[in-house]
Amino acid sequence: MVGDASDPIIRVRDVSVRFGATKVLDGLSLDVKRGEILGFVGPSGAGKSVLTRTIIGLVPKVGGSIEVFGVDLETANVTARRAVERRWGVLFQQGALFSSLNVRQNIQFPVREYLHVSQRLLDEITVAKLGMVGLRPEVADRYPSELSGGMIKRVALARALALDPELVFLDEPTSGLDPIGAGDFDDLVRTLQRTLGLTVFMVTHDLDSLHTACDRIAVLGNGKIIAAGSMADMLASQHPWLKAYFHGKRARAVVG
Amino acid sequence: MGDSPTLQQIARGDALGLSAAGPWTARFAPALERMVADAEKLAGSRSGIFIDVSQISGLDTFGAWLIERLRRNLTQGGIEATIAGLSLNYSSLVDEVRRVPASAVSPAVRQSALTGLLEDVGRNVVGFGTTLTGLIGMLGAVLAAGGRVIRHPRSFRLTSTVHHLEQVCWRAVPIIVLITFLIGCIISQQGIFHFRKFGADIFVVDMLGVLVLREIGVLLVAIMVAGRSGSAYAAELGSMKMREEIDALRTMGFDPIEVLVLPRMLALVIALPILAFLGAIAALYGGGLVTWLYGGVQPEAFLIRLRDAISIDHFVVGMIKAPVMAAVIGIVACVEGLAVQGSAESLGRRTTSSVVKGIFFVIVMDGLFAIFFASIGM
Repeated sequence: MVGDASDPIIRVRDVSVRFGATKVLDGLSLDVKRGEILGFVGPSGAGKSVLTRTIIGLVPKVGGSIEVFGVDLETANVTARRAVERRWGVLFQQGALFSSLNVRQNIQFPVREYLHVSQRLLDEITVAKLGMVGLRPEVADRYPSELSGGMIKRVALARALALDPELVFLDEPTSGLDPIGAGDFDDLVRTLQRTLGLTVFMVTHDLDSLHTACDRIAVLGNGKIIAAGSMADMLASQHPWLKAYFHGKRARAVVG
Repeated sequence: MGDSPTLQQIARGDALGLSAAGPWTARFAPALERMVADAEKLAGSRSGIFIDVSQISGLDTFGAWLIERLRRNLTQGGIEATIAGLSLNYSSLVDEVRRVPASAVSPAVRQSALTGLLEDVGRNVVGFGTTLTGLIGMLGAVLAAGGRVIRHPRSFRLTSTVHHLEQVCWRAVPIIVLITFLIGCIISQQGIFHFRKFGADIFVVDMLGVLVLREIGVLLVAIMVAGRSGSAYAAELGSMKMREEIDALRTMGFDPIEVLVLPRMLALVIALPILAFLGAIAALYGGGLVTWLYGGVQPEAFLIRLRDAISIDHFVVGMIKAPVMAAVIGIVACVEGLAVQGSAESLGRRTTSSVVKGIFFVIVMDGLFAIFFASIGM
């Protein structure tokens, strides 16, 4: 863990991604600093998830460079890649829980792969993680098909956090949660950021989350970052989409 | 953070003091667990213990939980444990793990081997029963849907049926023809090889004709179709079931049997006789080729012998069996597909069992047909 705190943990430079003839990302640049919670917003279909998946390395890019923890995943060898992958956790939009494993096995899966700890500690950590995401220990024996949408989100978050990563990617973490659950979730992200020094890259449409949890907000439009800054910057911006987004009917209730 | 975590004993009056230092993080979890277990033993019968955590350089859920576990175990043993020097940053994490309920993991219920065996037998018997009722239920549902379609022909899904017909019939022709051709070659080669000892070379034509038209041709094709199309049906319907697509159809007022199962069944029932016919021709052709090149029987002699040896009955028997076997394969595949539960594993299990059960029932049907046709003298 070299480099000081101001070093960006994710450095995206001039990244372009295209699917066939459509350009989804067009020369996008973005820095995520160590220890911050970055909220990532943009219209539906603008490519928020695509950027997340490109950073993680699931979508190939046609140009530009991406460094995570100072490692360019495209040129890095397998060992370096594995080392980086062990340091991040990913929460997919649909949860992406392993359907043939129960909740306990889902959460223990990454831990078992990377750490040689006793079954007792594994079970205790599972209960702790479930508690952290607001689930009761009884859920541990259920299978993903027996969970509600919100519970799937929480279990997936518990799995993403299983190894206590330094960086987590959250793709719409609070969608499908009730407002109280979403609020708890924001508090949890805050707590983890404070205690573990967690860096969070969060794609979200939840204005409450943007308000309470995020340090910085980046806005994606036309394949580029059209604005990045604090909530106050966003509210002050004159960009038409930003105005509609942060001063719309739903936003007024939050901003007041 | 290159150094490793420690938990050292420190002097502090008559109470035992422990000082935790270094990174208490997931990476060091195995070492931390050992240290915590040692510390518990160290505490022995003392009345109080003091844990200083001010020197900890990194703490995550694993570290925080192990400190909490130590505290809990000591408290349970009647020892008063105090944690001191917790920095503000870490206190909320420690609070978080303090809320974790104790001993939440219930041990799995174990049972003896005998009861386990009996339970397995019982489950299998019940499973076989439900399979049979499921098949009969599906047969009924398909017939009912067929009846509705006959009364309202406009609700018939012609495009879907033609699409499935292309998948299960047209695209299956090359592989079916190739395999039956080879089987025909092998049957006559083996026949000639053994019949030659008795000077009965020419009877290989009788054997080839009867076997291919009556039994092997249709049975082999049915088995291949069960493996090729039965599995595809089960996997298609299964993944649609998993993603709630079948529920969506139902809420829109469509009958999944009518929309999904009927076109597939119909395609299979049309396809199998065609494939069995093509397969029989290919096998006869392959067999004829081998009797000529390997057995030295001239093609004209082969044809004359074939005409004498087989009657139209043999061919009719094969063609009667084909659509029935297709229906059995289709029903088994659709029942298995619709029985898929939420997990990927269940999809795999159901697809496998659609093929296994499909082949099993095809062979059972063949046996029943053999008895039936023998009794009516065909």
